[in-house]
Amino acid sequence: MERTCDCCPNPAVVHEIVVRDGVKAEVHLCAEHAQERGFLMPTSHGPALIVGKLLEQAKAAAPRAPKACASCGTTMQQVRETGLVGCPLCYRSFEQELSPIIERAQAGACAHLGRHPAQAAELVDRAALRNRLARELREAVAQEQYERAARLRDRLGELGAPTALAPNGAEVAPDPMGDEERGGAPS
Amino acid sequence: MSNPDDSARGASPWQRGGADDPRAHDDSCRDCVLSSRVRLARNLVGFNFVNRSTPEQLSEVVHRVQAARLGGPFEGGVRWVNVQATAALDRLMLFERNLISRPFVEAQHPRCVAISTDESTSVMVNEEDHLRLQMLAPGLQLRPLAARMLELDRTLERSLEYAFHPRFGYLTACPTNVGTGIRVSAMMHLPALRLLEELDKVQRAAKDMHLAVRGFHGEGTDALGDFFQISNQTTLGRTEEDLVEEFAETIVPRFVEYERAARRALLERDRLAVDDRAHRSLGLLRSARLLSLDECIKHLSRVRLGVALGRIEHVELAHVDRLLLEAQPAHLAHATGLSLGIAGLGSAGADDRAARATAIRGAWR
Ligand SMILES: [Zn+2]
Ligand SMILES: [Zn+2]
Repeated sequence: MERTCDCCPNPAVVHEIVVRDGVKAEVHLCAEHAQERGFLMPTSHGPALIVGKLLEQAKAAAPRAPKACASCGTTMQQVRETGLVGCPLCYRSFEQELSPIIERAQAGACAHLGRHPAQAAELVDRAALRNRLARELREAVAQEQYERAARLRDRLGELGAPTALAPNGAEVAPDPMGDEERGGAPS
Repeated sequence: MSNPDDSARGASPWQRGGADDPRAHDDSCRDCVLSSRVRLARNLVGFNFVNRSTPEQLSEVVHRVQAARLGGPFEGGVRWVNVQATAALDRLMLFERNLISRPFVEAQHPRCVAISTDESTSVMVNEEDHLRLQMLAPGLQLRPLAARMLELDRTLERSLEYAFHPRFGYLTACPTNVGTGIRVSAMMHLPALRLLEELDKVQRAAKDMHLAVRGFHGEGTDALGDFFQISNQTTLGRTEEDLVEEFAETIVPRFVEYERAARRALLERDRLAVDDRAHRSLGLLRSARLLSLDECIKHLSRVRLGVALGRIEHVELAHVDRLLLEAQPAHLAHATGLSLGIAGLGSAGADDRAARATAIRGAWR
């Protein structure tokens, strides 16, 4: 017998089986509800094609994930078994795998909002100050307040080399360690 | 390193908190909240996490932390306990006093704990994370506690470099603790909700609010009678202040309100029955010759409810809370010189019922 959608009596075209922590969860959705839930697919394609596509995507994604953390040697398999990662760099080695796990445990949150180590905080503060000064400088120039503009330019100069420009036009602080995270094994 | 043996019997100094103690300023929720706790997880840069470290590396972590300036609550003095080299009974004492965690009692690897003179603050080195900082206070005092904790963290950070990731925040051995790494919890006394069989509702509400509900001694322990520890599970995506404020100003007060409403309902339904229950328990604790831990906790809970509702006079909540601690196996063994089975975390150890009955009987004058 054909499966029906979890949300309505229509036949299901998307079947997802996820095993998490040893618990199997199944999702069956009709084309309409699948689209509503964000399973992007053309309505004319049947389930087989969708599964094929998912497999293709999974294959494409797989080689990028390293087998073991380069720093501590922990594998994702071990992380799953123990619930623990081995070192700070594991968070880079397994970022792809860990992100959904973290999101799920954190009620959907995926980015840190709280305090930073003082050194990083200082850089973030400096970037914010730089942004403000740059905005004021643009305003000053637009309003032909050249003396004020000169002072602002000097102040910006004191803050050191300009930081990278983010895509949205806002300046961002360079990474404090010149790398994605601080950590790793003793050298 | 000193031995925890000189640990004072009875309540920790922070629990006694006299009127002159600034920490005793807010007792408004003491009827339902025994104590507040704030924990912070931190790891050092340049080391594998504890689960992936050699004993030599773990000893090095201990040295690094011992060389750091602790400041804050440790200004008045610090006691470093080499837990690896400490006898089982003393480790259990530290556990019952909420200074170390259950896994820390039983681990085998190099580890130690720094304890402030007033026992309000402890730093476990090489628990699941390199550093587990913890602060305790009586009643509901999460905001001042968190503020002091974050100050201590800043002080430590001047001598230690923490593992940090711009997106995941402070990195922890367990991926679900990342972000702020902060856990706030309240030890709650919810006897009326239990009597009215409303606890399921409480558990469901807690789940909806992404809270963890645990037993008397936190993680991995069962709820003991009417006592529950409620703590936040979300550590990522919100600031420390935001998390603490919501927990202290909204979540805990909501549970307090549930419990108080249940207490009012109990009184309305049958005031005499409530009285009778509390006084029977007090009578039992004053007369029993054999008292198991479970039984003792059960009756102390009923007495506590009677005191909170003004049905029992001349007994203070703080006194009942102290007895809740003194009735624990290691405290009892320490006070009476009784030996305690290594497996004696619960009541499975030596038969200490007579000793407990004697200790509790004498506690009411
Ligand atoms: Zn449907
Ligand atoms: Zn690693």
